[in-house]
Amino acid sequence: MTASDRPELLVKIRDLHFRFGARVIFDGADIDIQRGKITTIMGPSGTGKTTLLRMIGGQLKPDSGSVLVDGLEVPKLKTDQLFALRKHMGMMFQTGALFTGLTIFENVAYPLREHTRLPEAMIRDLVLIKLQAVGLRGARNLMPAELSGGMARRVALARAVALDPMMIMYDEPFTGQDPITVGVIMQLIRHLNQSLGITSIIVSHDVTEVSAISDYIYMISEGKVVDHGPPAELKKSRSDWVQQFLQALPDGPVPFQYPAPDYRADLLEDGG
Amino acid sequence: MDWLQSLGRTGLILFERLGRGHLFLLRVFGGMSDTLLRPSLLIAQMYSIGVLSFTIIAISGLNVGMVLGLQMYNTLVDFGAEDSLGQVVALSLVRELGPVVAALLFAGRAGSALTAEIGLMKATEQLSGMEMMAVDPIKRVVAPRFLAGMLSMPLLAAIFSAVGILGGFFVGVGLLGVDSGAFWSQMQANVDLREDIVNGVIKSFVFGFVATWIAVYEGYDTVPTTEGVSRSTTRTVVHSAFAILALDFVLTALMFGGI
Repeated sequence: MTASDRPELLVKIRDLHFRFGARVIFDGADIDIQRGKITTIMGPSGTGKTTLLRMIGGQLKPDSGSVLVDGLEVPKLKTDQLFALRKHMGMMFQTGALFTGLTIFENVAYPLREHTRLPEAMIRDLVLIKLQAVGLRGARNLMPAELSGGMARRVALARAVALDPMMIMYDEPFTGQDPITVGVIMQLIRHLNQSLGITSIIVSHDVTEVSAISDYIYMISEGKVVDHGPPAELKKSRSDWVQQFLQALPDGPVPFQYPAPDYRADLLEDGG
Repeated sequence: MDWLQSLGRTGLILFERLGRGHLFLLRVFGGMSDTLLRPSLLIAQMYSIGVLSFTIIAISGLNVGMVLGLQMYNTLVDFGAEDSLGQVVALSLVRELGPVVAALLFAGRAGSALTAEIGLMKATEQLSGMEMMAVDPIKRVVAPRFLAGMLSMPLLAAIFSAVGILGGFFVGVGLLGVDSGAFWSQMQANVDLREDIVNGVIKSFVFGFVATWIAVYEGYDTVPTTEGVSRSTTRTVVHSAFAILALDFVLTALMFGGI
């Protein structure tokens, strides 16, 4: 497929339905991810954002609907076709998912050793280049247990770009990090996107951070896309739910109280 | 009728797990060829599963052999048959105690470690990460460990029996005064290669297969939480022990007849 044949959309999701047991996770969601852009999927915890990434990566299959990645229908791919596609995808897990038994250097070298037959000297150079990009070339001999959470994510990012993928999926990249680390990760995501043209999909609920770096945002709740658009447009959204989410209001369409019987009746029943 | 319902549910869960376990085994077999093509993966696992189990196996074998020598001597001496001590110690170890006790120790030491390792890799998303890097964890993580466990077990059982015989020799000949020549010649005359040693090796191979299968499956199928990994590790030891002891009876009945 030549560059001009390539569809503008790298990921095209249509009428996505998925449930875990009786719990509906997706109920007819349509999502488009533009090639070369940073697109964020936002929503409260437990709305299936990570599940969505796993469906794009083919680790989970939707109950129905279509998940097209680079023109390929992911749920219908055979294992070897799926693995061939995954070589062009990178994923940064929330925990980093580094191999605890390998050094930082070996973690980043892992995909290169598995999928290429490059000479050792070239692998060394490539790993050092990737580690330099995330600022951890000097930490190459450390073990993952010796890193802070933020550093582990940066190593995971270096590993995710080791094979120069066409897209990277970031699972909650900012959660639980100090402001400096958040700034570093934001800068890295933007840098990789701009300098290498890597399509980025971020799953997050950190409003400020993603608003600053995203080209496009999808807001999902209860299995549906509530609203979508560039960050500036979303801020003007007329949806009460979007406004509650973006402004972090404690009460609104998402109620403060978990559904419960009448308060007064509940107290009296206990007392009696 | 509640008990009937719960019995049915338990039965269904049991058969579902058994089914999943067998499908998993088929996938592991499918990944074996990759392991054979990359012997470095297998050697690393043979070291951590086999070599690192050596100490516990050797010390236990020595103790079991010494106790066996002592107990058997006390019985045999009543009949003036203490010269048969070598034969009795060797047969007990090679046919039964070697494969069974070594397998139980193997399940406790290496099996539990395998489950915990694979389970934690799952809980910390390392297996998922591997999948997303287009690397099949069954081929890279499970198959080398499975093969290493299967191959290590007969070797460990052999070490257990050999050290046990030395323990019996030390107590019988060294401490209790049994004739050294009688000890070894009775053993040589009465321990048959096919009937006793090969059967013992077959047993330990089967136990190794089952114990490692249970260990890797429990790890791979674990609920990816702290409690889930803890439960899976416990299940590995308990289920392996049951499976080893039950299979020992079946294999003994088939090999040494009498039923």
